[in-house]
Amino acid sequence: MRSRSSRRSFVAGLASAGALAALGLPRRAIGAPVGSAAELGFTELPDGALDEQSLYALPGKLPLIKKTFRPPNFETPVEYFRTPITPNKAFFVRYHLAGIPQSIKADDWSLDVAGDSVERPLKLSLQQLRKEFEPAQVTAVNQCSGNRRGLFEPHVPGVEWGVGAMGNAVWRGVRLKDVLARAGVRSGALEVVLDGADQGAIDKTPDFVKSIPVDVALRDETLIAFEMNGEPLPHWNGFPARLVVPGWTGTYWVKHLVSVKLMSTPEKNFWMSTAYRLPRGLFKTPTFASQLYAPNEPITSMVVNSLVTSLRSGQQVPRGKTIPVRGIAWDGGSGIDAVEVSSDFGGSWQPARLGKDLGRYSFREFALDLPAREPGALVVMARATAKSGETQANRLIFNPAGYHHNVIQRLYVEVV
Amino acid sequence: MRLAVALISLAAASCAWAQESRVVLKDAPGKDKVMQCVACHSLDYIQMNSHFLDKAGWTASVNKMINVFGAPIPKEDVEPIADYLAQNYGKRP
Repeated sequence: MRSRSSRRSFVAGLASAGALAALGLPRRAIGAPVGSAAELGFTELPDGALDEQSLYALPGKLPLIKKTFRPPNFETPVEYFRTPITPNKAFFVRYHLAGIPQSIKADDWSLDVAGDSVERPLKLSLQQLRKEFEPAQVTAVNQCSGNRRGLFEPHVPGVEWGVGAMGNAVWRGVRLKDVLARAGVRSGALEVVLDGADQGAIDKTPDFVKSIPVDVALRDETLIAFEMNGEPLPHWNGFPARLVVPGWTGTYWVKHLVSVKLMSTPEKNFWMSTAYRLPRGLFKTPTFASQLYAPNEPITSMVVNSLVTSLRSGQQVPRGKTIPVRGIAWDGGSGIDAVEVSSDFGGSWQPARLGKDLGRYSFREFALDLPAREPGALVVMARATAKSGETQANRLIFNPAGYHHNVIQRLYVEVV
Repeated sequence: MRLAVALISLAAASCAWAQESRVVLKDAPGKDKVMQCVACHSLDYIQMNSHFLDKAGWTASVNKMINVFGAPIPKEDVEPIADYLAQNYGKRP
C-alpha cells in the first residue's frame, strides 16, 4: 500500500495536475474504495454508489461488490479478470425483480416449449434435456448491457455498475435449435420468447420476459445451458438452466429458464418495447428487425471492449523496470483482431501479444511490457480492435440508459 | 422502531440471504413515505443513484416505479417522496 506522502509526491510529479485536468482527464483514484472506477483510469462512479457498495458474499459466492441487496446485484472485482475464464463463485449476479426462487430442485424443474409457431408443444424435464439431445458447449462472455453504466458522464440512473458486470465461462448444455426442432418450427416463426422463474415482488410488475430473433435462436451456439465451467450453474447464475446467446448482451441470457415460446408476432412487453433500447443507428451492432416498431431499437450484440487488469491508476513503477500491461479483450462475436497499447496519451500505439484463442465469443488475453525509462507520469491506454474492424471508443457514445460503454481506459503510471 | 421491525421481518421473509436491514436512509421529513419503496426493492437503490438526479430526475424515477412497475404508492405521496430524495440524495450544487 502506498503511503500518503508518496501519493502527494505523485501529484507533484505530474508537474501540472491542472494541465491534465484541462485535457478532460478523469480524476485519479485516491484512497481506492471498493470497486472504484477512477482507480482503473475511468470516470468515477456516482459518490453515493461508491459510498454504499461493499464486499459481501451471497451463499455459494465469494465476496463480490454489492450494488444492491434486493433484487441482488453483485459485481465481480477486477482481480478475477486476471484469468480468461471467470470462476463461478466470482461470477457477477444480476436480477431485475425481487421475486427470485429461493431454491429450485432440479427434479421439479421443467421447460415448456410452446407458442403459435411450433407444431407440437412440449414439456421437458432436465433429465430429458440431458439424455435426449446432443450436448453442446461454447466459451462465451456474458456481459450486462449496462456494464460500466456508473462510468457514464453525465451519470444516468440505473444499477451503477463499474467494470465487473461481466464474466467469461465455458457453457455446456443443449442447442436451443435442437429443442425447437423437436417441437417443430412452423414457417412464419419470428421470435423466440423466453421466460425465467423470477417475477416481481407484486403482481403488477411486468414479468421479466425477453425475446430473440428466430435466426439467432437457431444458431448452433445458442444454448440452453445447465453447466458453467464444468459444474452445475450456480443458483445466482440461473440454476438449473439458462439461455446462452453468445455475442449478445446478458439481458437475453434468461436465467432459471422455464418457458420458450416460438412466436409469429413481436414480443412487446415492457422489457422488450421500452427497456434495453438504444437510439436507432447509434451503434453499428446488428438490427433486431422485428422489434423496430418504435423510434428506438433493442440492444443486441456487445461492442468491442478491453480491460487492463494489471495496473492501478496512480501506481508507481521504479525507473528501469517494466510496466506490465495485461488484460482481456472481447467483442460481440467476430473475435479480437488486435490490442494496441499507448503510453503517450494515444500519440503512438504498439501491438500487444494476444493470448490463447479460446473462441470468438471468449475473453482474449493480451500482454505487453512497457519500459519505464524516464521519471515522470505516463498515461497508459489499451485499445482493442475486433475482426469486424470495430475499435473502442475514444469518447463516450452517450445514450440515456447507459449501455455499451467501451471508452478507452486511461491509467496514470508514475515512473520513480 | 416499527419501521425497523417491519424492514427486518420483510427481509427475513422475502429474502433470507440479504443483509439489507443494514441499509439506512437519512432521517428527514418524508422518510416515512419513502419507506414504501421496500415493498419491491432494497433501499440501497437510492444511495446508489446519488448524488446526480435533480428533483425532476427523482420525480421521473418515482413515477416510473408507479406507472411501469406498479408500485402501490398514492399519487399524493409522489411530491413528498421526490422532495425527500432531491433534498437528501439529489444533485449537489
